[in-house]
Amino acid sequence: MPAAPPRRARRDRVALSKPLVFALCLLPLAWLLWDMLHGRLGPDPVAQLEHRSGDWTLRLLLATLAITPLRLLTKRHWLTRYRRMLGLFAFFYASVHLSIYLVVDLGGYWSQILAEIARKPYVTAGFAAWLLMVPLAATSTKGMMRRLGPNWLRLHRLVYAVGLCGVLHFMWLVKSGNTIAVRDPLIYLAILVVLLALRLPGWLRRRPPPRQPAAGARTAPPPSGRA
Amino acid sequence: MRLPPLRPSEITPESVYRRRRELLRGLAGLAPALLVGCGNATEGGGAPAPAAAAPPRELAVATRGRFATGEAQTRFEDATHYNNYYEFGTDKADPARNSGRFRPEPWTVEIAGHAEVTGRFALEDLLEPHPLEERIYRMRCVEAWSMVIPWVGVPLGDVLRRFKPTSAAKYVAFTTVERPAEMPGLSYPVLDWPYREGLRIDEAMHPLTLLAVGLYGRALPNQNGAPLRLVVPWKYGFKGIKSIVRIEFTERQPATSWNLSAPNEYGFYSNVNPDVDHPRWSQATERRIAGDGFSLIGNRIATLPFNGYADQVASLYAGMDLRKNF
Repeated sequence: MPAAPPRRARRDRVALSKPLVFALCLLPLAWLLWDMLHGRLGPDPVAQLEHRSGDWTLRLLLATLAITPLRLLTKRHWLTRYRRMLGLFAFFYASVHLSIYLVVDLGGYWSQILAEIARKPYVTAGFAAWLLMVPLAATSTKGMMRRLGPNWLRLHRLVYAVGLCGVLHFMWLVKSGNTIAVRDPLIYLAILVVLLALRLPGWLRRRPPPRQPAAGARTAPPPSGRA
Repeated sequence: MRLPPLRPSEITPESVYRRRRELLRGLAGLAPALLVGCGNATEGGGAPAPAAAAPPRELAVATRGRFATGEAQTRFEDATHYNNYYEFGTDKADPARNSGRFRPEPWTVEIAGHAEVTGRFALEDLLEPHPLEERIYRMRCVEAWSMVIPWVGVPLGDVLRRFKPTSAAKYVAFTTVERPAEMPGLSYPVLDWPYREGLRIDEAMHPLTLLAVGLYGRALPNQNGAPLRLVVPWKYGFKGIKSIVRIEFTERQPATSWNLSAPNEYGFYSNVNPDVDHPRWSQATERRIAGDGFSLIGNRIATLPFNGYADQVASLYAGMDLRKNF
């Protein structure tokens, strides 16, 4: 008689699948390194390294942001357990991307970077996205979650700002007028907006007007630590 | 139509003239070979695939070395597979992939506007009196990468002078061919087609300005602007209009495609200038795509004013504010 799997078994399945998800997240990097070592990055390999590491940063970031809406829609609460790993991989690819730009591409012309961060909106946006990810990555441990309590949630909503900065970074570096090339950043933007729209009602519900006394259990704030 | 007052046999010894004829026949005969080289198997329907893709036939180059840079050259493979030619798609690999259907032969060019001789001319007649020259130029893209390419062509000024432009000819306007059936990129409104470019008359007449028919000693592949394109080495690459079908002498500054698309980003002059940034990215340095080895580090170099041709062309812009006239 097939019965519903016990809770314990499902948890184990998630735990068992984590190394697999970890390996999957490393695949784009392995693929990039493979192509690099086999000279398959085309005439401008540095641009390829930048574009592909940037693409995977955005994809992983959006995947991270998709976890909670997916969980709420499907009631598959175990999905949340992959969220931190995906988020940290997004940060990892963002760091790879930034390192390629700084060390490989701008190598020897570092004075240019300061001028670019200050003056070029696409660099500013990209750098801001990476910078905003640093505190999120630093507070991603269970211990930090506990210590920060409800502030952890507030802090981690910054991830939407990261997404917006990342998409703008992509959009602004496309030659304007190039309606084809701007399609990819616009797709990312559309996904980001949808994911944000899915979360907004929940946020608004949980934040009752400050003057109104919190009457009834329905408007009570969620227990701390819950996403 | 012919060019009555300009019969090349009147000014050129016959032996030389005949040799050029052969050379141009060689150029013309090359088109099928190119089509083989660029076509892909899925596109030919049931037609049997010709044997090996023949390399483009070599051109007979009369002069080499004028204005040549000694810097490491870009590989032929890279210069022909990393192209911005939006009529064939906006990805840099698209032009090589999607230009197999394009037929650069036969080709006619319309000469119009303020000149004594105007009309439609076969490409062979247009080029006939001019010996082919090789020019090894730096090519700086507005996207901040660059190449070193040995072009084959004729000085544009030598060709234009044969049409006797009048004193009203202050500018020269160029137009790219528009063939939706052969150029899949034209289905997308990326730019206001057809592609148009322009030069001031003194820029057009400058000895550095080349009307190119080939590169690396071979005829231009479709993705590089076959059969006839402009090369203006001190300007950003997009000024080098490809597959030219119309040249008009105008009195007013002509409209140019990228300038129409984003006037604050792409000026009419678009001279390479490390001191005037693109509004969204720096033009101070560039990534050089050249050399044989695969290298990730050390490709970035400083961009030079007028792409290193300041000695030859800076005087054209004396007294002009190059920040305003970017």
